[in-house]
Amino acid sequence: MASSQPVKPPLAGQPAQAQRGSQAGLKYPSSGKTIYNRPLNRSRTQELSQASFAYLFGEMVSYAQKRVTGIQDLEKRLNVQGHPIGLKLLDLLLYREPTRSQTRPLNIIALLQFITTALWRHLFSRPADALEKSSNPETPDEYMISDNEPLVNQYISVPKEMNQLNCAAFVAGIVEGVCDGAGFPARVTAHSVGKGEEGELWPGKTVFLVKFQPEVVEREAYLGKS
Amino acid sequence: MSYYFAIIGTQDNPLFEYEFGTAKQGGDGVARFPEQARHMNQFIVHSSLDIVEEAQWAQGQMYFKCIDRFYNNYVSCFMTGGNVKFLLLHAPSQPAIANTSRASTSIAANPTSPQTEEAIKQFFTEVYENWVKTIMSPFYHVNMEVKSPVFRSRVAAAGKKYL
Repeated sequence: MASSQPVKPPLAGQPAQAQRGSQAGLKYPSSGKTIYNRPLNRSRTQELSQASFAYLFGEMVSYAQKRVTGIQDLEKRLNVQGHPIGLKLLDLLLYREPTRSQTRPLNIIALLQFITTALWRHLFSRPADALEKSSNPETPDEYMISDNEPLVNQYISVPKEMNQLNCAAFVAGIVEGVCDGAGFPARVTAHSVGKGEEGELWPGKTVFLVKFQPEVVEREAYLGKS
Repeated sequence: MSYYFAIIGTQDNPLFEYEFGTAKQGGDGVARFPEQARHMNQFIVHSSLDIVEEAQWAQGQMYFKCIDRFYNNYVSCFMTGGNVKFLLLHAPSQPAIANTSRASTSIAANPTSPQTEEAIKQFFTEVYENWVKTIMSPFYHVNMEVKSPVFRSRVAAAGKKYL
């Protein structure tokens, strides 16, 4: 019987694998599907389990808490964890915009509107609660995004001795990543504004302070004139 | 028509390069840059970055059409949200002036015609889709060179399909 079937029909995956084997050091998934085979829009309306996110985020905070010198250092680390996510989301969300509104943000207002609507909707399924410009004439480069109830802080209880800490610094990092990626370098920090009083409407209200670099404000003024 | 495609990062650093020829009108998909001019492509593309920087704040569209020209080399640009530039240098095999008498619609002969612009736009859009997939990889950091052979073959396929 063996002689009657001298050549076995090759398995579907074999020729491709032999060809790929020539590229040393690269491993491919056994299904032959790379990230390039996955459509970008398939998961756009899917949601993630909040319980698993809260668990993961709790681990991220305790990871960031290792070997830190203080609360500022901890917030800095959370910020750094969020930064690359912002850089990636900027292009993903622009790609998902309909073709005619697929434009890069050219001024601060367009950028902040993109953040409070498109980015917030993608991350938290709702727009941000408020977007304000600093009323202080000495700081025209500061903008504030408010979130009454940050999703990331829902299961975080901050100990009394660390009451300066706001773990939404992670979200601030994402916002900073979007600003930096779009060519508007900025520092973004998260601040709790709830007073901790009994019967307060939004005890966890957080303000994200976006402070743009001076060159951004300068360019904005120059572009506005022409 | 010969093409030279480059992806430039946010610090004017090259991330990806690819050279190909037209596959339309019986082209074989091989770039035919003259040997003594081939090394100039990188310089021409690099010098057009100044114009890109000027144009990027004038309009929010991602596709800038043809932004620069150096003798018979035309440079088209596409800018992603993350300030990464896709630059395509296209050089018609014979100078464009030779074709003014009869209005040829082939994209190989008219580097600035609406048909060519549209074809290049479709090429850029397809590359952009693959680019977003690349940067969504959690192991990709900003301004990292793209070495994936799959990405390269995807760019080659887009070039073959539209240009």
